[in-house]
Amino acid sequence: MKHLVLAAGLLGATAAYADTPELIVYTYDSFVSDWGPGPAVEKAFEATCGCDLKLVGAGDGAALLARVKLEGARSDADVVLGLDTNLTAAAKATGLFADHAVSADYALPFAWEDATFAPYDWGYFAFVHKAGMDAPANFAELAESDLKIVIQDPRSSTPGLGLLMWVKAAHGDKAPEIWDGLADNVLTVTKGWSEAYGLFLEGEADMVLSYTTSPAYHLIAEEDDSKAAAVFDEGHYMQVEVAGKLANSDQPELADQFLAFMVSDAFQSVIPTTNWMYPAVTPADGLPKGFETLVAPEKSLLLSEDEAAALRDVALDEWLTALSR
Amino acid sequence: MADRAQPLRSRWGLGVAACVAALILGALAAVVWRAEVGRGLGFADWAAIRFTLMQAVLSAVVSVVLAVPVARALARRRFPGRRLLIALMGAPFILPVIVAILGILAVFGRSGWLSDFLGLFGFEPVQIYGLHGVVLAHVFFNLPLATRLILQGWQEIPAERFRLAAQINADSRAMWQLLEAPMLRQVVPGALAVVFAICLSSFAVALTLGGGPRATTIELAIYQAFRFDFDLGRAAMLSGVQLLLTGGAALVALRVATGEGFGAGLDRPVRRWDGRGSLARVADAVCIIGAAVFLLLPLSAIVISGLPGLVSMGASVWLAAVYSALIAGVSTLVLLAMALPMAVAVALGRGGLVELSGLLGLAVSPLVIGTGLFILIYPVADPFALALPVTAMVNALMSLPFALRILIPRVREILARYGRLAMSLDMRGWVFVWRVLLPRLRPQIGFAAGLAAALSMGDLGVIALFADSETATLPLQVYRLMGAYRMEAASGGALLLLCLSMGAFYILDRGGRRHAET
Repeated sequence: MKHLVLAAGLLGATAAYADTPELIVYTYDSFVSDWGPGPAVEKAFEATCGCDLKLVGAGDGAALLARVKLEGARSDADVVLGLDTNLTAAAKATGLFADHAVSADYALPFAWEDATFAPYDWGYFAFVHKAGMDAPANFAELAESDLKIVIQDPRSSTPGLGLLMWVKAAHGDKAPEIWDGLADNVLTVTKGWSEAYGLFLEGEADMVLSYTTSPAYHLIAEEDDSKAAAVFDEGHYMQVEVAGKLANSDQPELADQFLAFMVSDAFQSVIPTTNWMYPAVTPADGLPKGFETLVAPEKSLLLSEDEAAALRDVALDEWLTALSR
Repeated sequence: MADRAQPLRSRWGLGVAACVAALILGALAAVVWRAEVGRGLGFADWAAIRFTLMQAVLSAVVSVVLAVPVARALARRRFPGRRLLIALMGAPFILPVIVAILGILAVFGRSGWLSDFLGLFGFEPVQIYGLHGVVLAHVFFNLPLATRLILQGWQEIPAERFRLAAQINADSRAMWQLLEAPMLRQVVPGALAVVFAICLSSFAVALTLGGGPRATTIELAIYQAFRFDFDLGRAAMLSGVQLLLTGGAALVALRVATGEGFGAGLDRPVRRWDGRGSLARVADAVCIIGAAVFLLLPLSAIVISGLPGLVSMGASVWLAAVYSALIAGVSTLVLLAMALPMAVAVALGRGGLVELSGLLGLAVSPLVIGTGLFILIYPVADPFALALPVTAMVNALMSLPFALRILIPRVREILARYGRLAMSLDMRGWVFVWRVLLPRLRPQIGFAAGLAAALSMGDLGVIALFADSETATLPLQVYRLMGAYRMEAASGGALLLLCLSMGAFYILDRGGRRHAET
């Protein structure tokens, strides 16, 4: 008898569950993992929206865009979270995204004016090394040194593409010379960020392409201050991570509600210590302790999405040519 | 041609083979169908094809050439822990690539054990990045598989043959000419083809250890076509190239691998009278110890780095482990249901096409199969709901070529040996399968099932395309941990994966071999 009651209760629960609207957000893998922002974001949003938030992990930013293109207009997704400004031009070109209505007091180094995508966090690409090492102050010094670096392949990862844009934004037409100089410093190229960072932690390379915020993880989560990021005087390229809602969403109001929630304190305050990036809006309590130790580049570099899209193939060719010799 | 008088028919196997081919080629066709006109194959793609071929040929040849003496030594020697050693040696094959690479680098890397050791004598650190690094890693992955495939060949020579050879006082050399060389001529081409096909689709290994874009493989070009350009047409075209290369290699291997079996024996344990001289003993010991050190040192590095992380992994990793085990179980059953009838069909002389369709699973990039299935499934069902069955199915397809290589020679032998007897007793169909085929095939089924389970456990494959946040497999979870900087927990997850895969392999393989050999 007890079982029957239990079964009836479960059935009732499922029926109630089915009435709850479902908001599907596609994002990258590390966002949804237990150690990423996903669980906290899901809990906080579901507490206010009366809905079921379903986060779906799909590789990294580039894979995410490929997934959306693959599914096209019939996609179940309502929101896509995790593209960066190097990908937004291509994303807009699909015509699958709708404009947002988010406004916020962004803590970005420049004014945000994008009608389709809203930012939720950002960071500076940087070469991370062991603290105490005499780090180079720009790409030219790095090229002259004997230091070995690990970078990511731009064809398979967003940081790899970010580095291409960094060199292009800082050196323009001189980018091929920079790459020629760097060629003998590149120990190897990996498929994605995880592989590269793993190699660096194993002691294979002196420096790895990551973010200025990477040392914060070691400092805050592991109480380990042995990692530092090198400041380059030509400036640091930024990665701005954004989200947008899909035009064919069956939950447009919920999607808007989610995007507004995304720049609220409940979402932004978990970003620094879960995604290990700078939040797009400074949380009420400020940045967590430890972030003040991070290096701050004097100059921020960012190509507009159209420039980035136009330079992508050229930059890739230059990179391939220099490193294939 | 109708089947000759045989207790079994080939139509089941032909049917399964047709389904397998339809599924894989259908997925490829779906990608082509969705493709817009792309930009075709460029200069870089041809460079990728050249590099892919070169590294795959080198890796296959080195793996198999080294595997022959190791397999011979293992076939000739009995020592405590032999079975455990053989099982352990299988481990590299099933690890997530990044874990295996980190294990290799812990030994051979710039700050690895070997470099540290050489540093004591004032030598420079070992330089592992480059073509030789790629080949080293591929040998690490594939030497165990090649060894097992060839060892299988040795074990299929009936004990009576060795007894007879010993009676006529054949020395090692004569034994080699009479028994071993003909066996190798049959087994080696298949092993070469399998290793070549595996290395053909290598991507993260080649890129990471190759040192940069010089080491671009076809698989990376496919990845780029998908992710960087979203050019499905180019992805499909490159997949076609990969298919042709694998298919070509398979055809060559199948053509070379002809010859008669070794006839009937009474399944007695093999005893070897050759190789009792001290020189042979030393040589065998060098082979076995060398292979063991080469394969086990990186594994030890993975164990050492993983132990501290085991406690800090959290419940989701354990849940992912359960999912992985579940998928591995289903995948293994699916594999056996496909491989056994196909092996029978091949053994009945319906070789070529059936074996080729078995190889398709290796030949077509998992990314393309996954995407193709996604395109096919998406209109009719929720891909997330099908994540587990699809992953199990694709994993089974991936291990099909190995299973066929393992099963076919033995099925052929069983049919040759007992077919006529069974017919004279009017024993056919299921009765023959239950009474004759399966009992005699147990060791091979165990090996194939173990390999399939372990491969499935370690595979990242299509789950990445189908998974939502709740259904992650263990390898995917390891990557997620790394993406969240949790390297220690990721090492713990990798160690758990290693244990699970090894456990599954050991249990199935061992179960298959009970009674068979001591």
